[in-house]
Amino acid sequence: MVEKFKRIDGRKLNELRPMTAKVGVVPNADGSAIFSFGNTIAIAAVYGPRLLHPQHMQDSQKAILRVNYDLLSFSVNDRKKPGPNRRSQEISKVTEWALSPVIDLKQFPNTVIDVQIYIIQADAGTRTAGINAASMALAHAGIPMADLVCSVAVGKQDEHIVLDLNKAEEDFEEGEGATDFPVAKLANSDEYTLLQLDGNIPSNRVKEVLAMANSACKDIYEVQKNALKEFVK
Amino acid sequence: MSSMEVSNATIETLSTLFAENKRFDGRKLTDYRDLKVSLDVSNCAEGSARVILGKTEVIVGVKMAIGEPYPDSPEKGNLSVSADLLPLASPRFEMGPPKFDAIELPRLVDRSIRESHIINLEELCVKPGEKVWTVMIDIYPLNDDGNLIDAAVIGALVALKNSVIPGLDENGKVDYKHRTKKKIPLAANLPLSITLYKLGNSIILDPTREEQEACETKLNIGLSNLNGKHMIHSCQKGGDVPFTQKEIESMMEILPAKYDHLIEKLKKFL
Repeated sequence: MVEKFKRIDGRKLNELRPMTAKVGVVPNADGSAIFSFGNTIAIAAVYGPRLLHPQHMQDSQKAILRVNYDLLSFSVNDRKKPGPNRRSQEISKVTEWALSPVIDLKQFPNTVIDVQIYIIQADAGTRTAGINAASMALAHAGIPMADLVCSVAVGKQDEHIVLDLNKAEEDFEEGEGATDFPVAKLANSDEYTLLQLDGNIPSNRVKEVLAMANSACKDIYEVQKNALKEFVK
Repeated sequence: MSSMEVSNATIETLSTLFAENKRFDGRKLTDYRDLKVSLDVSNCAEGSARVILGKTEVIVGVKMAIGEPYPDSPEKGNLSVSADLLPLASPRFEMGPPKFDAIELPRLVDRSIRESHIINLEELCVKPGEKVWTVMIDIYPLNDDGNLIDAAVIGALVALKNSVIPGLDENGKVDYKHRTKKKIPLAANLPLSITLYKLGNSIILDPTREEQEACETKLNIGLSNLNGKHMIHSCQKGGDVPFTQKEIESMMEILPAKYDHLIEKLKKFL
C-alpha cells in the first residue's frame, strides 16, 4: 500500500525538495540569508542587537527578539495585499518562539534583535523556509547561539506520512485529506521549538512524523552549515 | 551599522570632492553604478524582475486581476503601483504607517509609467463599464543603498515587458495557473526614471545612500524616447534648496545620453 503511493512530483515519501542556501545577501543588514525548498524562497535579515525604543519596552535583563514574517504581494497566485495580517502575525510569533531558545539574549540587555523574514516565492513550507533562513542570518550576524534551528513541514496525504509538502500536495483532498505539520528543532539535540498542525493525524503516528523530521533536519543542518562556511571562506 | 545620520564632516568632504568631479567610489558625477538585471523573481507573478544597482537591490513584480473600471474611464484597464520599504532592506526602514519616502516612491514610479502611456489600458478592457484588467506593480527594495527610484522604474519596465496575462475560466474568473502567451499590450516607447541630486553647485546621478542623504535637493524625471525624440513625461523636485535655471538647462542636456546608455544596458530584457 504505502510503497505504491506516488507523490505529485515523483519524490520519495521522505524526500525533501532541493534546497539552496546563501548568507550575506542583504549588505545593509548585520546578518542575512536566503533559503529555498524547491519553489519556496525565503529571505531573512537581522538587525541588532540595537537599543530598543520606546524605552518602556526594554528588558533590563535581556534582549528582545522581534520577528516579522510576511509574504511579498506577488509571491502567491492571488496577489496578497501588502502589510501584516493575522496569519503573518501569528507566524511571526511562532517563529520568535522557534528561534529564541538558541539565542543568548541575556548578553544584550535593553536591546532588540530584529529578524525580518519575507517570502519571495511561495509553494508551501514558507514558515519553515523562513525559520531556516532566519537561523542562518542570526549566525551570520555573529549573535551568540547555542545551536542552529532547522525547520521542515511533515505532512500527511490520506494515510501516508510525507516530507516537505508543496502547494499542490497541500491541496490534496482524497481519503483523509492533507495534513500539514511544520516543526522546528535544534540541530544537535532533540528539542523541538516549533510544532504546529492543520489537518488530522492519529496520535500514535506522531512519532513517525518526528522521526521523519529529525532525519530531514540533519540534511537541512548540513545545507545551513555549508552556506555559513562558504561565507567564511 | 554605522551612525544613521551623515555627519557634517562627510557632507563637507563630499561637497569638495564633487566640485572636483570626484566621488568616494571613483565614479564621475554623472556615472551610474554597475547595473545588473534578472528576470522571474517569483513564478507566481505575471512578470517580475530584480535590479541591482551597485549595492542597491530592488525586486518588482506584476500581478493582474479582474476588477471594475473607474466611472470616468469605463473602457480602460487600471494601473496601480505600490512600494513597501521593508525593514529587511535598511536599518532606516521601520514597521508601521508609511513615511513620506514610502508614499513618494510608488507615486513617482506610477507617474513615470502611466504618463508615458506605455501600457495600452484600452486593450485591457474585458467588458466596457463592467470588467477590466488591473495591472498591479509592486516594488520591494531588498537593500537600499540609494537611488531606489531609478532602480524601481527599471524593474517596473522590465517586469512589464516580460509579463503574460493570466487566463480566464468559463465564468470569467482569473485562472492564475493557466498562463496565456499574451503579453500586456505595450507601446513602443520605454519609460525610465533619471533622478538628479544637488549638493552645493554640483549635480550628481545615481547617489549611494550616503550621497543621497548629503544632497540638499533632487529632481526626478520620468522620460522615454518617442519617435526618436526624448520626451519627459513626469518631473518632481524634492527638497528645500532651489535649482537655478542654468542648472535645470544643464540637467536637461545630460538626460538624452544617460537615457540611451541605460536603455542600451537593458536591451536584452526589453
